[in-house]
Amino acid sequence: MGKTMAEKILAKAAGVKEASPGDLLDVYPHVAMSHENAGLVSKSFKEIGTGKLYDPDRIVIIFDHRVPAETEKTAEGHKTVREFVKKHGIKNFFDINTGICHQVLPEQGFCRPGEVLVGTDSHTTTHGAFGVFSTGIGATEMAAVWATGKLWLMVPETIKVVVKGKFKPGVYSKDLILHLIGKLRADGADYKSIEFFGQAIDEMTIASRMVLTNLSMEAGAKSAMIPPDQKTVDYVKSVTNKPFEVIKPDPDAHYCQTVEIDLDQLTPQIACPHAVDNVKPLSELAGTVINQALIGSCTNGRLEDLEEGARQLKGRKVHPEVRMLVIPASWKVYRQALDKGLIAAYIDAGAVVLNPGCGPCLGAHQGLMAPGERCISSTNRNFQGRMGSTQSEVYLASPAAVVASAVAGMITLPEVK
Amino acid sequence: MKFSGTVFKYGNDINTDVIFPGRYLKVWEPAEMAKLAMEDLDKEFAKKVRKGDIIVAGKYFGCGSSREQAATCLKAAGVSVVIAESFARIFYRNAINLGLAIMVCPEIGSIAEAGDRLEVEPTTGEVKNLTNGKTAKAKVLPPFILEILGDGGLIPHLKKKMAKA
Ligand code: SF4
Repeated sequence: MGKTMAEKILAKAAGVKEASPGDLLDVYPHVAMSHENAGLVSKSFKEIGTGKLYDPDRIVIIFDHRVPAETEKTAEGHKTVREFVKKHGIKNFFDINTGICHQVLPEQGFCRPGEVLVGTDSHTTTHGAFGVFSTGIGATEMAAVWATGKLWLMVPETIKVVVKGKFKPGVYSKDLILHLIGKLRADGADYKSIEFFGQAIDEMTIASRMVLTNLSMEAGAKSAMIPPDQKTVDYVKSVTNKPFEVIKPDPDAHYCQTVEIDLDQLTPQIACPHAVDNVKPLSELAGTVINQALIGSCTNGRLEDLEEGARQLKGRKVHPEVRMLVIPASWKVYRQALDKGLIAAYIDAGAVVLNPGCGPCLGAHQGLMAPGERCISSTNRNFQGRMGSTQSEVYLASPAAVVASAVAGMITLPEVK
Repeated sequence: MKFSGTVFKYGNDINTDVIFPGRYLKVWEPAEMAKLAMEDLDKEFAKKVRKGDIIVAGKYFGCGSSREQAATCLKAAGVSVVIAESFARIFYRNAINLGLAIMVCPEIGSIAEAGDRLEVEPTTGEVKNLTNGKTAKAKVLPPFILEILGDGGLIPHLKKKMAKA
């Protein structure tokens, strides 16, 4: 019987001939990413007591969750990690001026098809957009990866998602994935991998594909992958010289479940408080007054997202009673957005442009909400208290819907031309 | 390894944001973290929990962010074991790695209520409710996971192994 991508990639990384769901494998990841929690990792690493990293070149550390440091405590944490990086000769270190980890990893050439990537961040599933088996792990087991180079992984079953039809105007990959999460529910893919297929996926940009794999985590997925095509290979070759081997699923691979989605029927979607699987057609919420609107993050903070948002602005101003925040996913995106005049468009509209980083997405700083306030956001989580007060509400939608709503002062369908 | 304690009972989909809110992620000391545990879900938890107490939950406990603090704060608060219908995978791994026992038991909700006293034997999966006499069977953890838990978590476990090697 044929094999899925997860089965093939994990077997290769573990050095075994074949792997099936349920097998426990000792896997040697090619890339091991941490952000600020590298501080926690290094603490556990010191406790193990070997003092030696298995391979410093596989380690990537990116500061993004609290940049620049918002408290003295964070500043101390940053300092500890910088010292560790120096002492151990970790080359792949990206300080506060690079961007959000899930955008920086591909930009810097760390997402190579056929490899295994682990990260101490749940949305590490994002990198499956490049045909990488990528998954989130804890800080303690990352310390074990640093010391021993390996960790145990259970080979997951795989859900096949087949996307049919074409996107209607005003409907985006964000709407597709929110709809899927609503269907699968928050735990529908727990311990499982997802593979995406269909002409619409083939036609999607790399950036739009990353939205799918990033948010698959919110259905519980261990990993989420898009079989690499020429677009993937071209992108990866443009950012790295390292060789890689494209691994695709076998045509007769066994899937534990198949889900079909018909884009011809899909309308703009919105995830309502306080769960990402609480998904409704956005039109049902139209008219709900908002206090804040956020476009950006590792989910939807790429150039095409900022462009789509700016198209919705059409020179109009953000509603006087709405605070609009813009967070480019990385310095590269920020720079491109500047060149294209997008940043100017947002500033002129009255938005606050923040530096690339996680900011309010995880309720750390830069734009938290008071009790009773409501935000529409292009990010990926709306849990209670995620963006400030536990009495505040976060609604998740596409960048276009966020900007359209910011202008209207209430939840609004994106305008289609 | 045998656990006994009083039950704190919660529902489905308890996410790590309510177990340990993002705004506290800069708190590192376990004793301090213990005081913040479950704050956004149950303000009484941190005050009432005693060493050895047991959390009983529904489906998909620990979903959301991969923050280990969610497991650390529960362990620091004295929780001996979390028994749930199912767990989110990253929380499941984190708990084992930090030495917090977790057990999957689909019937747990029907045999235990908040305030009941439970006795749990992880090597056999036996769960006994000392208050109402009901019993249930949890899934037995694989031996290598029991070994990590027995050593107090992945780091002490590796330390032991590396020292031997
Ligand atoms: S932007 Fe939000 S979801 Fe993305 S890595 Fe940062 S905190 Fe996590």
